[in-house]
Amino acid sequence: MSQPVQTYTPQAFHRQAHEALENPQIRANFRKAMDGLMGKRRKAFDDWDLETLRELGANIRLRALSKLPDLLEQLEANCEANGIRVHWAENGEQACELITEICQRHGASSVIKGKSMVSEEMHLNAHLEKAGIDALESDLGEYLVQLNEQTPSHIIMPAIHLNTGEISDIMHERTGTERTTDVDAMTAAARAQLRERFMTADVGVSGVNFAVAETGTLCLVENEGNGRLTTTAPPVHIAVTGIEKVVEHLADVPPLYALLTRSATGQHVTTYFNMISSPRKADEHDGPEEVHLVLVDSGRSRVYQDDELLDTLRCIRCGACMNHCPVYTRVGGHTYGTTYPGPIGAILMPHLMGLEATKDLPSASSLCGACGEVCPVKIPIPDLLVRLRREAVGDGVGNVPGAGVKRSRKEVAAWKSWQWLATHPGAWRGATLVAGSFRALAPSHLGPWTQYRSAPKPAKTSLHTLIKRHRKEKGE
Amino acid sequence: MSARDNILGRLRDRQGGPLSAPDSDFGVVTGRQWSRHERLERFEHWISSVHGEVIHCESAGWTETLARVLADKGVKRLALGREHPVAQQAREALADHEVELVDADRDIEGWKRELFDGVEAGLTSTRGAIAETGSLWLWPTPDEPRLLSLVPPLHIAVLDADSVEDTFFDVVTGQGWASAMPTNALLISGPSKTSDIEQTLAYGVHGPRELVVILRDA
Repeated sequence: MSQPVQTYTPQAFHRQAHEALENPQIRANFRKAMDGLMGKRRKAFDDWDLETLRELGANIRLRALSKLPDLLEQLEANCEANGIRVHWAENGEQACELITEICQRHGASSVIKGKSMVSEEMHLNAHLEKAGIDALESDLGEYLVQLNEQTPSHIIMPAIHLNTGEISDIMHERTGTERTTDVDAMTAAARAQLRERFMTADVGVSGVNFAVAETGTLCLVENEGNGRLTTTAPPVHIAVTGIEKVVEHLADVPPLYALLTRSATGQHVTTYFNMISSPRKADEHDGPEEVHLVLVDSGRSRVYQDDELLDTLRCIRCGACMNHCPVYTRVGGHTYGTTYPGPIGAILMPHLMGLEATKDLPSASSLCGACGEVCPVKIPIPDLLVRLRREAVGDGVGNVPGAGVKRSRKEVAAWKSWQWLATHPGAWRGATLVAGSFRALAPSHLGPWTQYRSAPKPAKTSLHTLIKRHRKEKGE
Repeated sequence: MSARDNILGRLRDRQGGPLSAPDSDFGVVTGRQWSRHERLERFEHWISSVHGEVIHCESAGWTETLARVLADKGVKRLALGREHPVAQQAREALADHEVELVDADRDIEGWKRELFDGVEAGLTSTRGAIAETGSLWLWPTPDEPRLLSLVPPLHIAVLDADSVEDTFFDVVTGQGWASAMPTNALLISGPSKTSDIEQTLAYGVHGPRELVVILRDA
């Protein structure tokens, strides 16, 4: 049976994690997929000086960020000169309105979508639906997830939480496709279902992998051909992306592309690398008459203010951090309840949604460091997780919305007392003596701490006293 | 204040002050120095590994190879351009052939359904290829439009062995892409594919199911 439709939220992370851990199907699906992806990635970099390539990738992204406002202006100027219209949106809501307006101006009733996580981030489909515009996802994984009324559980492989049998059920229930375990047959069925829609769609909406300032070029990475169809067949193409996706030079693209495909799925290259620099020119016979680029901020410019948090914006959205995360592998993508799950989600979503809603995400990590080790642009993800944990319990000052949400007066007072005690030897000795004498009264339940551990009990004799005694016996 | 001014204003007045970045050393993505033989071997290895079919032939008789491919694949309707030498020679050679030739150099609005439903193969030239990744590079033209290499279930691409280069970076910098970007520049590496269903690889999801590269040499 296909899964029942469920809404996931970051606020319910703990409950959702428990549910996922108790679901052997989810665990098996993710375990199998992530093991495969880790192996493929390792193999894909076999012939490469990976460290040098990562260093280059990180430098290119750092350079782009160091000139971000200039590059955005250059991108805008070059796109406009090429005939691409550029729009700016402070948040997802504004971006949705902009896109809806463009659709309405063209009297559009149907939109075909290439894969775009930014459009997921701003819930574009729901927004278009409200305006009476039908938005259909065309990436196979996104299409399946949309049929099942779900959201993607992985940023590269949206339907990774479903196995073949479940997908067969979904396609049967939603589209009348005959049940089968033959993946080729299912793929062919989806192709047939979407082909007509590609041909008749009024508008194509896509994301952008890299936006090149130097040439005003939008680069799209894909395997299926749905991205090329989305950006070529309909009369209007709207590309939507975060403001951080810009790179300075065209020559910056090859190394990032090499890192992206190998890190994401272990592919040495994707089937298509689609570079769009203008709408259809007068003498050309296909391609959209209009191309729009919508640049979305949604909290990114706030992240940009902080020297440490800034590294978050280097991300090229490969998903390697989730593929290698022991937590993600066990609880799956939906558990996080956010557009971007896994380690990158845990360091990005607090900025997009605020720490009130996402306070559990930075703690959903064992800090094993795998995410940082595999990141193709060397984002120090574990450090950023720790930083956000600190922000959550800190004094609430700074650039992270909702900072201080986990601050508890009791905890602050406890640590202050501890600090005082630990810096006053006399008081410390007295306190340990008292604690040792009344150790029988120590509580055996200490909230979540004792859920999987036994409670600590003060020693009868403190280590301090033991050492003293020992030295005396030895006559030191 | 517009959204544009607000966003740029926040970025410019960055609290942390101006940023600097280290220089980028591109050595790792160039300087392969493969021999011609090695280069061609790599190209073929990689494109074959993703189901691209490479057929070698001599430049002089390449249209015979094309005719054979069309016959083998049972192609009855072939879309192609008119001006490019590849299209010209193909048209000449196939004039008396039973394959029906469909003009691709027409406004798509007039023949969208025909292209989507009634054409079995598209023939295109290529500008070159990349050995390291097994990728063809195409800059679609009015003569050979963008959908020609995408919509028909079979894409036949004609490639000259001398136009294969080592890396993507070499092509972008060596061919001066940055000063001459066309409406659409494409890398194509194999037929369309997906592994969105339980990571099982399936070819021909939205684009071509098959990619045949006619590799012309000498």
